[in-house]
Amino acid sequence: MNILMAVLLLGGLALLAGIVLAIASRVFHIEGDPMMERIDAVLPQTQCGQCGYPGCKPYATAVANGEVDVNKCVPGGERAMLSIADLMGVPPKEVEEEAALPVLAYVREDECIGCTLCIKACPVDAIIGAPKQYHTVVESHCTGCTLCVEPCPVDCIDLLSKPEVLEEWTWSAPGKSRPVIEDLPQGEGHVRAA
Amino acid sequence: MSALLDRFTSLISKGAAKGAASSKELKAMIGTGGFSGGVHPKQMKITATSPIVDLPLPPRLILPLKQHIGQICTPIVEVGERVLRGQKIGKSEGYVSAPVHAPTSGRVLAIEEHAVPHPSGMGRLCIIIEPDGLDEADESLPTISDYRGEDPGIIRERIRLSGIVGLGGAVFPTFIKMLRDHRHPVEMVILNGIECEPYLTCDHRLMLEHSAAIVRGLDVIMHAVEAQCGVIAIEDNKPDAIAAMQQALAEASIEHVEVRALPTLYPQGSEKQLIQSVTGRQVPAGKLPLHIGVLCQNVGTTKAIYDAVCLGQPLTRRVVTVSGDAVPEPANISVRIGTPIPFVLAQCGLDDLNGVRLIHGGPMMGERLPRMNVPLVKSTNGLLAMRQEALYSENAVEEPCIRCGHCVEVCPVGLVPNELAWHCRHDQFDRGQEYDLFDCIECGCCSYVCPSHIPLVHYFRYAKGQVAKIEKERAFAELSKARSEARDNRLAHEQAERAARRSKVRKQQSDAASSTVGDKAPESKPDTGAKDMETKDTGKST
Repeated sequence: MNILMAVLLLGGLALLAGIVLAIASRVFHIEGDPMMERIDAVLPQTQCGQCGYPGCKPYATAVANGEVDVNKCVPGGERAMLSIADLMGVPPKEVEEEAALPVLAYVREDECIGCTLCIKACPVDAIIGAPKQYHTVVESHCTGCTLCVEPCPVDCIDLLSKPEVLEEWTWSAPGKSRPVIEDLPQGEGHVRAA
Repeated sequence: MSALLDRFTSLISKGAAKGAASSKELKAMIGTGGFSGGVHPKQMKITATSPIVDLPLPPRLILPLKQHIGQICTPIVEVGERVLRGQKIGKSEGYVSAPVHAPTSGRVLAIEEHAVPHPSGMGRLCIIIEPDGLDEADESLPTISDYRGEDPGIIRERIRLSGIVGLGGAVFPTFIKMLRDHRHPVEMVILNGIECEPYLTCDHRLMLEHSAAIVRGLDVIMHAVEAQCGVIAIEDNKPDAIAAMQQALAEASIEHVEVRALPTLYPQGSEKQLIQSVTGRQVPAGKLPLHIGVLCQNVGTTKAIYDAVCLGQPLTRRVVTVSGDAVPEPANISVRIGTPIPFVLAQCGLDDLNGVRLIHGGPMMGERLPRMNVPLVKSTNGLLAMRQEALYSENAVEEPCIRCGHCVEVCPVGLVPNELAWHCRHDQFDRGQEYDLFDCIECGCCSYVCPSHIPLVHYFRYAKGQVAKIEKERAFAELSKARSEARDNRLAHEQAERAARRSKVRKQQSDAASSTVGDKAPESKPDTGAKDMETKDTGKST
């Protein structure tokens, strides 16, 4: 009798827990992979493919599944690597390739033949144009991924270094590179009282 | 006393991360009206007795199109055009902006990039004017002598049109501060005549020589924001200015305004600190003085408001203190905005700029200029030319923090600078923000007292810049991600459409072939139609 009670009780409890868990899994269901999303959020979204995957999301998926190391994102550099390692709970690993200076693609329009190949290659739709018309790069959308350079049959795409503007200037860390005062050469830019 | 002890124990139990907030509470409890902290740097006000002098016209004027906080202006004059004094030459774009006016009559030589007074030494778009010496004025702005009878909105619009910005150094567009908000009515207008930075005396001289204009300006402001009372706050190291302002007040017979002498303490001239000294109330972090019913204006700005409203003159000149140990004849000068700095220094007897370090602003908060050939702008309240030996930052070597806590004692905001700097140095910007990095006003008190010569404020400026940079990159990444996802969706959609069309055409072809009636027209029509659509679609996709 006692044994029957125990079996029934435990069986009942198990059933109850099962029902609660089943409901909870429906109610608190999360679409997609949350870890992948969080890793994707710290990637620079250049979609450059330097990690060996076709874009930032595929790389984030691979990292979340533990298929690849955390240090493959080149433009993200050390900061992205540290964030990913932190998210994944793995020891940080040095980024092997150093990120190139930020660049912008520029189409030399008089040489462009309007083949649309670069437009198809651009992962962020930053190139506009139509067949047999000049193409041009929308500067504010270009991530500098360099993917448009290779398909161009006439080699009319240049990679220009991003111009340094006053609005984006920030103070450098103390002691690292102190602002150097350039003394003006005598007589130049030296306006005297007339 | 027991309550205080409780605070202490809770402070310890809450741990280090919460320490900053708790210590703030503690200080607010002990505080007796004035702000906590502050330092007493050597005053060095060597130009306090030199009257304001006018500068002759320079051979050319360089007017940066952005001399304020906010969006850059667009030029509205052409190269070669003749401009008049007070003529608007740069139009503001967007709300947070202030127009630029020609400081004298002359010809526009060029509109090009020129170095501006900025710690980066970089340039921005400037209008370069060659004066013709006639100094003809543009009389298009009427004077509003009966401002008391005028609508406050019109006065505010006049202040906006006149390009007036905060002349204490922050250069925030003044008309924005003078917003009348029904939820936050302005009760008190505080005139800032503190001038707590060492060396600087331009506001001091302005109060002595233009006290009547300043009092009128205060009246204009009080009318424009419908304030009930006004306070002219002056530190007790300027008794002559206090007397002059009191006399001007008595002569103008304006009611509900008083001159208040405050004990000398740096950085009392900082807006939030001054409000705390005068009213005993703190402006909450991330809020504006408006939210506690206070409007604070610098005396120089007030004089500019008087000029703009009552005399119809836009902001084209300002008073600047030229001082420092390398300047033979230090002076307070009234100078046209856009005058090249080497010209100004030459007028003060400093011709040879070799080995001279230039500081834009005061010695505590000012920035060292890497380039000499830059114009004087609206934010220039002081210009210090120093010999290298006199510069603390060039001769000090950073040593390890000895945790003496002096920086914590002097911080007027109640931060913990040593801990904050530790996080900034190690690029832990998230932790830095937990320590209220963005509440730092960069007054320099912590760096001033640090016995280990740690450039604390430099660390905070670095960290603030990095945080802004990271946020910008994040926003751009979000944008790129959205574009890339939109592209992927579009490509998938196009592919699906093409596949659907292909199967449809194939089906129609097979239907037509199987049908016994050999009618060609209905067979070819949908086919070409589909083809047309397909080419059209690929055209769109490219």
